Amino acid sequence: MNIRLTKYYYGDIPEENTGGGAGTVTVKDVAGWPLWEVFIRSKQGLDHKHVGSLQAADAQMAIENARDVYTRRSEGISIWVVESKHIHASNPDDAGAFYEPANDKVYRHPTFYDLPEELKHM
Amino acid sequence: MYQPVNTQAANLVNYLLHLGDNALILSQRNSEWCGHGPVLEQDIAITNISLDLIGQARSFYQYAASLEGGDATEDSLAYLRGERTYLNCLMNELPNGDWGQTIMRQFFFSVYQQLLYNALLQSRDETVAAIAEKSLKEVTYHVRWSSEWVIRLGDGTDESHARMEKALNMLWSYTGEFFMPAGYETAAVAEGIGADVAALQQRWMEQVAAVLQEATLPVPVAGKTWMQSGGKEGKHSEHLGFLLAEMQYLQRAYPGATW
Repeated sequence: MNIRLTKYYYGDIPEENTGGGAGTVTVKDVAGWPLWEVFIRSKQGLDHKHVGSLQAADAQMAIENARDVYTRRSEGISIWVVESKHIHASNPDDAGAFYEPANDKVYRHPTFYDLPEELKHM
Repeated sequence: MYQPVNTQAANLVNYLLHLGDNALILSQRNSEWCGHGPVLEQDIAITNISLDLIGQARSFYQYAASLEGGDATEDSLAYLRGERTYLNCLMNELPNGDWGQTIMRQFFFSVYQQLLYNALLQSRDETVAAIAEKSLKEVTYHVRWSSEWVIRLGDGTDESHARMEKALNMLWSYTGEFFMPAGYETAAVAEGIGADVAALQQRWMEQVAAVLQEATLPVPVAGKTWMQSGGKEGKHSEHLGFLLAEMQYLQRAYPGATW
């Protein structure tokens, strides 16, 4: 049995070779499972930090998958997962309106106070 | 360098090899999924389990090698024994089959291993008890992970249910061997070192039945099936020779090769 393997890199699949006949073939999620975002807390007292995403059928599988994928090297002691669709993100097009007005308002930084010497961790 | 099976002096060594071989052979089988798992996350999960099992095998082999003395090492025990001196249960050497069969085997074995290591915590041999204690945490996760998947696939689609039922029927006759003590196991129990495997069967059955029921799979009636045996005495299926040939190839072809 001959199996011909063609390796394509991103973007170099010829137009006429995309899709299989009528309609479009979408690259479906593996097994149709939703995507989950994974947050790991590395030790007590610290925040959960976003570490990546994975696919799983439900929350329990997502946590177990996260345990296997993201904590193999003792990265964490607590895992949060949230389905990616529940995350709402700001629009990159809004970046100008959102963030640039803050650039010339240095007075919003609490750097104009003289702090007493003995005050630590500010 | 290797003592023949069942000589009186080699009982403890054989017992340790049996424990190590169970772990190593299943590890080798699971590792065949590396790069072939149904999804990336499960590919990593099953190979993680492989690595846990290799770790356990190493611990048992290191201890066995120290007792055996001479030029025995964990590597010589893993790479330079033929199949007649491997003492693993037959189930662990069976080909993987589909994902369902691999999961079902892992489930059967992990539940057994959890009960076994729990019993070994009471071993009079401190090293054996320590290895059991260290390994239990890993095995507890293996039980959780494999139970979860047996339930998920058994109580899944018609296709997944049918495959799990097929795996159950295919593997069931290999479960009895866990609980039939070999000579070195009986001897190890007598010395307070080993675990009485026959005594574990009742609890294994209860635990397995609970998961199978939740998975909507039929629960086999205990004692109704003729059980395979022989692996613990070195009498193996035709599959082990091929497995060892692949696993041992490098050390056989290039003795002493290192990274």
